[in-house]
Amino acid sequence: MHIIVCIKQVPNTTDVRIDPVTNTLIREGVESVINPFDAYAIEEAVRLRERCGGRVTVLTMGPPQAENALREAIGLGCDEAVLVSDRKFAGSDTWATSYTLASAIKKIGDFDVILCGKQASDGDTAQVGPGISTHLDIPQVTYVKKIEEISAEKAKVERMTEEGYDVVETPLPCLFTVVKELNTPRMPSLKGMLRAKSAKPLKWTAEDIEADPAALGLDGSPTRVIKIFTPEPRKGGEMLKGDTADVAAELAELLKDIAL
Amino acid sequence: MASITILLDNCTGCTLCVKACPFGAIHMANRKAVIDMAKCTFCGACVEACKFSAIELKKEAGGKKDLSGYRDVWVFCEQKKGAVQSISFELLGEGRKLADKLGVKLAAVLLGSGMEAAAAELGWRGADKVYLVDHPALKSYQDDPYTEVLVKLAGEYKPEAVLCGATTIGRSLVSRVAIKLNAGLTADCTGLDIDPKERLLLQTRPAFGGNIMATIITPNHRPQMATVRHKVMKEAPVDRTRRAEIVRKSYPEEVFSSRTRLLDIVEEIGETVNLSEADIIVSGGRGMGGKEGIALVAELAKTLGGAVGASRSAVDADWIPYSHQVGQTGKTVCPKLYIACGISGQIQHLIGMQSSKVIVAVNKDPDAPIFKIATYGIVGDVFELLPALTREFRRVLNK
Repeated sequence: MHIIVCIKQVPNTTDVRIDPVTNTLIREGVESVINPFDAYAIEEAVRLRERCGGRVTVLTMGPPQAENALREAIGLGCDEAVLVSDRKFAGSDTWATSYTLASAIKKIGDFDVILCGKQASDGDTAQVGPGISTHLDIPQVTYVKKIEEISAEKAKVERMTEEGYDVVETPLPCLFTVVKELNTPRMPSLKGMLRAKSAKPLKWTAEDIEADPAALGLDGSPTRVIKIFTPEPRKGGEMLKGDTADVAAELAELLKDIAL
Repeated sequence: MASITILLDNCTGCTLCVKACPFGAIHMANRKAVIDMAKCTFCGACVEACKFSAIELKKEAGGKKDLSGYRDVWVFCEQKKGAVQSISFELLGEGRKLADKLGVKLAAVLLGSGMEAAAAELGWRGADKVYLVDHPALKSYQDDPYTEVLVKLAGEYKPEAVLCGATTIGRSLVSRVAIKLNAGLTADCTGLDIDPKERLLLQTRPAFGGNIMATIITPNHRPQMATVRHKVMKEAPVDRTRRAEIVRKSYPEEVFSSRTRLLDIVEEIGETVNLSEADIIVSGGRGMGGKEGIALVAELAKTLGGAVGASRSAVDADWIPYSHQVGQTGKTVCPKLYIACGISGQIQHLIGMQSSKVIVAVNKDPDAPIFKIATYGIVGDVFELLPALTREFRRVLNK
């Protein structure tokens, strides 16, 4: 079984702070990490390989330094790594990003399962996974919380919904986007870390993946960001003081209208 | 290709652009700004921040396309088990405003099985037209047939804007539709407006976990598609005298075929799980100490008719299932009232709930960050305060 995991390098939101004077995001010293949801995709890919045999290829699109994310993924058990990186990709929205990744997957060749995190923590769109499956014209199941059964031909999975979950059967090849409930990611092993150090991820440009230049980057993106601003920071309000019975009664009175 | 250039003669090295860049793509070298093209997304934040006209951004490539053939605002109305979901009414409320600003019709799109009566009700909610596709294969959501039908409808009737809920169904569906239609799609919008001159949909959404907001347009592609967050827009009122024109569409059988098979729909017990639709959420965190503490949270939620939420630490400790988790790796919610009990308020949790209208924090630590954003804060013992609150709410609500 050949499993492809798509990951994204994102700024670590734990480190994101707001400059109190300029009211803008402080990016200095913010560490880049693997998107938290992608960690579950990587772990599940490695578990599928342990279950079914085969290999795991990890793929990312990003600036040259995204290679660090790929190395980390190798440390966690992925076999091969591909970085698609080109200045022509700058300004890609989710349309162009999913097209670029789909083009890279076509170059990687045959696969059985593609795994993606349900969304990335910087953009939060959840659009790239479904975009890839559409460009490749393969079935998808989003928000997968459990892979119940999987064989060479098909898989039975649980798809998380607002009310509970759906049980869905899909033929392979297919794409899954995954949620946290799927697994608990392991720590990198010593052997993995050594492999990560010596690994040589493949580096592909726009030309290498034979993509249509008009569909890449800002030119290939239907959407445009026209304004970026910092929302008014939410201010703390009133502290209620007094003994338990009094503050409880006061709060109930204050909130009565909302609760009715 | 788009380009961005620093005009070195104008650049004073003031670093305003460095601070303005949301992507950390600008640094200073020899007191001049340098843009890292690998990180730049051409968003233009630096151009706006620069007081010396030292940054030149060229975006548009090629001429404008003729988009006049696209008209009307569409709302994809999500249904489950035949019931139109409340997010659809919120979108009809917002869609009505947008359609009026554009001087066009508001159309509802309804896919399902046996949905004739529901279609008429969408007229009461402000739709001028309802595109109804009724077929047994559309009874429950499945990616393939829903995508095919929506692509066919949009291809034939050419809407200029399509709104859809940012739900698990909505996000899976329109992400596919937008690729097939070569349309622009903006996720999880919290604000929509119209630029009347250019007839553009102005889509505002949070990014970086709500730390910044971005306004996004789709200048040269149609339809302009957006998913919209729950509970942000106001529901359309019901007017039973309104009638919508119902356009019933049928398609050849192959349009309804699906590669995936839906084997079962499992609803997890507890009527209070659906966080995204709840008006009131009571959440418990590490400070609740265990399952017994979470039971106190649930008791208060039940009294208020609300849903039970949780912080990541409560979920990771197995006190409550993941479906209740609010925050970065859980759900983003914005209810009218959010009561955080024993939750310190780490950034990952705040990301998921800081747009709630009223926030109440109950915590024993007076320095807990949650108090910095809470409308009302109470420092104290949650094990005493929660039962007291439950009692008091029962009293004022006459329960």
